Amino acid sequence: MPSSVALTVSRYRPERESEPTFQTYEIPFRKDWVVLDALNHVKDSLDGSLSFRWSCRMGVCGSCGMKVNGTPKLTCATFLADYVPGPIRVEPLDYFPVVRDLVVDLTDFMRKLKQVKPWIIRKEEKAPGDGEYLQTPDQLDTYKQFSMCINCMLCYSACPIYGLEPSFIGPAAIALAQRYNMDSRDEGAAERLKILSEHDGIWQCTFVGECTKVCPKHVDPAGAIQQYKLTGATNWVKSLLLPWSTR
Amino acid sequence: MDLFTCDVLVVGGGGAGLRAAIAVAETHPKLRVSVISKVYPMRSHTVSAEGGAAAVIKAEDSLDEHAYDTISGGDWLTDQDAVEAFVREAPEEMLRLEHWGCPWSREPDGHIAVRPFGGMKIERTWFAADKTGFHLLHTLFQTTLKYQAIERFDEFFVTKLLVDEGRCQGVVAIELSTGQIRTIIAKAVILCTGGCGKVFPFTTNANIKNGDGMALAYRAGAPLKDMEFVQYHPTGLPFTGILITEAARAEGGWLLNKDGYRYLQDYDLGKPTPKPVLRSMELGPRDRLSQCFVKEQEKGRTLEGPYGHYVHLDIRHLGEKLIDRKIPFVRELCLKYVGIDPVKEMIPVRPVVHYMMGGIHTDIHGATPVRGLYAAGEAACVSINGANRLGSNSLTEILVFGARAGRAAAAFAAEQAGASSSLAAQAGDEQRRLEEGFLRKNGGSERIAMLRAEMHQIMEESAGIYRTETALKEATGKLKRLQERFQDLSLDDHSHTFNTELTAALELSYMLDVAQTILHSALERRESRGSHQRTDYPQRDDERFLAHSLAYRAEDDSPRIEYRPVTITRWPPGKRVYGR
Amino acid sequence: MSAEPHYTLYHPRWYRRRVSVWWWLQKRSYTGFVLRELTSIFVAFFAVVYLWQLRALTQGPEAYEQFLARLATPLFLALDTVAFLFVLFHAITWFNLTPKAMVVRWRGKRVPDWLILGLNYAAWLVLSGAVAFVLLRE
Repeated sequence: MPSSVALTVSRYRPERESEPTFQTYEIPFRKDWVVLDALNHVKDSLDGSLSFRWSCRMGVCGSCGMKVNGTPKLTCATFLADYVPGPIRVEPLDYFPVVRDLVVDLTDFMRKLKQVKPWIIRKEEKAPGDGEYLQTPDQLDTYKQFSMCINCMLCYSACPIYGLEPSFIGPAAIALAQRYNMDSRDEGAAERLKILSEHDGIWQCTFVGECTKVCPKHVDPAGAIQQYKLTGATNWVKSLLLPWSTR
Repeated sequence: MDLFTCDVLVVGGGGAGLRAAIAVAETHPKLRVSVISKVYPMRSHTVSAEGGAAAVIKAEDSLDEHAYDTISGGDWLTDQDAVEAFVREAPEEMLRLEHWGCPWSREPDGHIAVRPFGGMKIERTWFAADKTGFHLLHTLFQTTLKYQAIERFDEFFVTKLLVDEGRCQGVVAIELSTGQIRTIIAKAVILCTGGCGKVFPFTTNANIKNGDGMALAYRAGAPLKDMEFVQYHPTGLPFTGILITEAARAEGGWLLNKDGYRYLQDYDLGKPTPKPVLRSMELGPRDRLSQCFVKEQEKGRTLEGPYGHYVHLDIRHLGEKLIDRKIPFVRELCLKYVGIDPVKEMIPVRPVVHYMMGGIHTDIHGATPVRGLYAAGEAACVSINGANRLGSNSLTEILVFGARAGRAAAAFAAEQAGASSSLAAQAGDEQRRLEEGFLRKNGGSERIAMLRAEMHQIMEESAGIYRTETALKEATGKLKRLQERFQDLSLDDHSHTFNTELTAALELSYMLDVAQTILHSALERRESRGSHQRTDYPQRDDERFLAHSLAYRAEDDSPRIEYRPVTITRWPPGKRVYGR
Repeated sequence: MSAEPHYTLYHPRWYRRRVSVWWWLQKRSYTGFVLRELTSIFVAFFAVVYLWQLRALTQGPEAYEQFLARLATPLFLALDTVAFLFVLFHAITWFNLTPKAMVVRWRGKRVPDWLILGLNYAAWLVLSGAVAFVLLRE
């Protein structure tokens, strides 16, 4: 095991430069360190001007998504030991505008998340005093996987379609819409169908499958999208053959 | 300088903040409510909570039982009127969350499932596998998206509360993406900024828990209550401090010392049984379990590793199926961060700082003594947690008191007239302070990381699980010198765009203020109660100290400690008994 | 060195990287994906050949002999082999993706991926075997 490793970090200071550049730092190698620890070492001891997002350092808040040697990763869950002897390249996530150094702008996703109506939609709501909506463990299982999304945006950064067509709603938003569609307590599938079957919805997806590969929480957004395509297509056929049933 | 206005401003976008915003939107739909947060709301630390949220739901349970468990768990420092309101409103709040889509784990017949938890006599902890906080926060956040009235200021860092004419009227904040200083005028402000675990070196807390709201309120004249009560969670991973949920013990995990012995039985916590018994052994209260660790360490019966002493948490006997169904995240974390599979090996754990029982003093409606300023969640101290919080009470607390504070703040805001005229001048002063004190300043010799490390060392040594008069007194002096050295800080980053070195410096200044209140409060409380243990005053002293400590900021910037009696209604102070 | 930035106070310019035309060569999985999509051309090729064969059948035995002769030319044999490999790749990649798209629940539990995969491959083998049997019976 080496005693140090080189970290090549993408820097972007919009007040001084018009394009990102790379800067290399020599950091001590510790077997227990993750890339985030290395970045914090840079910020604390070498160069306080390096900006990046992080919070929980246990893989549940979704703040620290960055590209490590070209692959989108959560830097709090990516061990240096898997990359030595290095150098290790750290860059901001692809397909999002870079604000500064390793920080990207996420307003596009926030807008798309709201568009798919990720909340329980019901014709009639129960009052809390009337008790819980019953839901068996099997019913919970049908949507549980899609509810694990931590909004880390690694899937958007891996999706070439999102890179080529930025108006694509994207894997996480569709997976979250599907999470609510499959929730037995929800009755809003028809409302979400309208948004999801538009041009920038599910039909932009050509099942590259990279999103599922990089997802750190095993949400399988590609699966969610393909399953929803079946629902979408069935609904379309139904609307043609039996127009009154889908109203 | 840019000016925004709204009616109610919620600072902090975690569980309490989002619940407060929804409460405003639902009870006063005409009011404009804004949520301002230094991170996107789904990054708030609520997301890391694992175990569960307590509310009475089983037929054999009762509100009085929940209240008694909470009051005795808090070593009688809880305000009993607040606890009574809390246990009464808890079930409804939790059901409301279920209606909003929270994926609570269920019984086979479809009803909500509950699990046992530390310090509770009857099972009442609702859970969503072992990612309850994550599901709670995402459910709340996604639900806020459906209210048009709720506006958000994402990634705005609040630096000052605007107080004029005896009333809090808004905030000054840095818009991180551009660096521009914004003023947001509001008729009521609710602080839901969470705790301050990062004041200590080993903590389960995220990087963002720096006591921002506590320091802001303190500087604005509100007192911080019961700051000496710092909860150490008995099972955190060494080095990272990552939380291993209490649910691992609730499902039947054992704490073993280096001889493989369930050492808790030596400390009046009951007798070991194969299945967990409530309020006994590993299901005792967190403060007692953490104290047992220190005593075992003094006896030389803990294991020593590269990151300090630890003991073992053994869940192997639970079996792979139960672990994957009830506590899968524990397995994930151990595999990832320790490289062990808890199905086959024991988990190394040690007590780490986890929660602040203390916080901004509020009444049972979330109102602080400063008019127009409210607080809820870990940032506030109502107090329902007293000297020690029971696990799974906090997630419920943020819902109950987030809603209460939201309703109270909205009612207050609905009756207010316009803003006073001197606010713009105050905001201008703040902008100058930030520019001249940090961004344009050249020279300086102190580094953020250096000062932070020294603060950590001071707090670890003198404000740990066991405290003494001399150590605390020395520490207050050392910390004061750190605060003076802070004035000589030098930054590498003088830019405006997403300057996280500036925010780290501001967070450090918040932490230094909050740390001082912890040290002074601990110094003045000459007794041992709950999680505040003094080796020089080892007994509980109800005569002198059945009272909350209130830390006010004095003219010389040091805290001035006063006391306020605890509200007792139906449960006179008694002995805290576990395992019998 | 980068050019002078366009920066006015509090209005930083975001950097938007252009997606290269050769994006699909940057990662093995991206290249595999594009190849998979390209296989549709070869599937269409086989469909056209099949239609051509049907047409030749309707035109009588000489036309059909001519058609078979064309298929036996080295150029066509090479084309056929390449197309066949691509169609095989097409079948395997799409079979492997089937469990993702088709979630079958039986008695409340999700049918495991390997079972769905196995059933697909088994059906393919059986059908191919049946067709081969019919065709090679002589």
